[in-house]
Amino acid sequence: MASEEHAAEGATGYIVHHLTPLSVGEGFWALHLDTLFFSAVLGALFIWFFKTAAEKATIGVPGTVQSIAEMLVEFVDQQVKDTFHGKSALIAPLGLTIFVWVFLWNFMDLFPVDILPLVAGMMGMEYMRVVPSTDLNATFALSISVFILIIFYSIKIKGVFGFAKELTCTPFGPWMMPFNLLLKLVEEIAKPISLALRLFGNLYAGELIFILIALLPWYIQPLLSFPWAIFHILIITLQAFIFMVLTIVYLSMAHEDH
Amino acid sequence: MSINATLIGQMITFTLLVWFTMKYIWPPLIGAIEERKEKIAEGLAAAEKGQEDMERAAKRAASVLKEAKQQSADIVNLAQKRANEIVEESKDTAKKEGERLLEAAQAQIAQEMQRAQEQMRKEVSALALKAAGQILSQEIDKAKHKELLGKVSEQLGQA
Repeated sequence: MASEEHAAEGATGYIVHHLTPLSVGEGFWALHLDTLFFSAVLGALFIWFFKTAAEKATIGVPGTVQSIAEMLVEFVDQQVKDTFHGKSALIAPLGLTIFVWVFLWNFMDLFPVDILPLVAGMMGMEYMRVVPSTDLNATFALSISVFILIIFYSIKIKGVFGFAKELTCTPFGPWMMPFNLLLKLVEEIAKPISLALRLFGNLYAGELIFILIALLPWYIQPLLSFPWAIFHILIITLQAFIFMVLTIVYLSMAHEDH
Repeated sequence: MSINATLIGQMITFTLLVWFTMKYIWPPLIGAIEERKEKIAEGLAAAEKGQEDMERAAKRAASVLKEAKQQSADIVNLAQKRANEIVEESKDTAKKEGERLLEAAQAQIAQEMQRAQEQMRKEVSALALKAAGQILSQEIDKAKHKELLGKVSEQLGQA
């Protein structure tokens, strides 16, 4: 995004403006304040909700908050049990965090595209991109964390030697070592990249369509944005679910000894 | 669209969130769920057991009732039988008593008859003797024919 484009008027300018993050700093050390802020707020919301439920957790008749929390916990727990056959104190809470946090990120997409930037504008902030999952930094932060866990568990379960052996001697045996290694590296690296890009792509495209709809005359907007929002409810849930399930699958693969 | 330090910030946030969830959120919630599951399972088992107990009790009650009915029927039968027996017995007794009375009466009659016969015989013999005496008084000497008369009178007495 070059700065000339930001200044451009009309439709292009509007779209680019909506997709430009509020950032401080230059180069690599730039920080997207909007992404950091909203994901932290949503994370706090997640923690607050579940902490409330956990504190009031009773084995008797659960209240509304506890019921919702338990539904999600059981849902994630079931996914983990279906895929991962072992014991791990980390994977299920990790799955829950990813599912709810990503869902909340994505949910920001359902706010009318102009409201929050307008509020931010009144407070003197020029740019405001409210959906953290339309920021590659956010999605890659998740997928790289997951990737680190994959590597960590691969080494922990199989040992350095075992992991190296798996990288070099499968699937075609030790004689094809370089080819195996190449294949495995691609396979491993594809995991975080596909995780991050899938979520980013879906939400970025969804947001873009909301922005495009917002460019249309007001009397057409509801006709399009309403169905798209309904459809988007499915997408945001589905993307959060996919991210969680794939994380569980990758981690259970890392746990499996060949 | 550039990758920058935001990534690191996000990773830190994520790590914190996961740590917090793992430490403070997941265990109590999953614990409550598991415990409730156990409780429900226990409750269901208890309910089932109660049902079974009830069925068993009902069965036992039915069998006890049946037994009682049987017993009462037996008792009634026994009583009936006993009553019949008593009636039979009393009939028997009455019949025997009647027979005994009849026999006694008959014996008395026979006795009376014998006595009457005896008396009649005595009277007849006395009469005959008298008659014979009167007839023979002229011809028979009492002293002379004493032996003969005694014999006749003895024969009469025997007849």
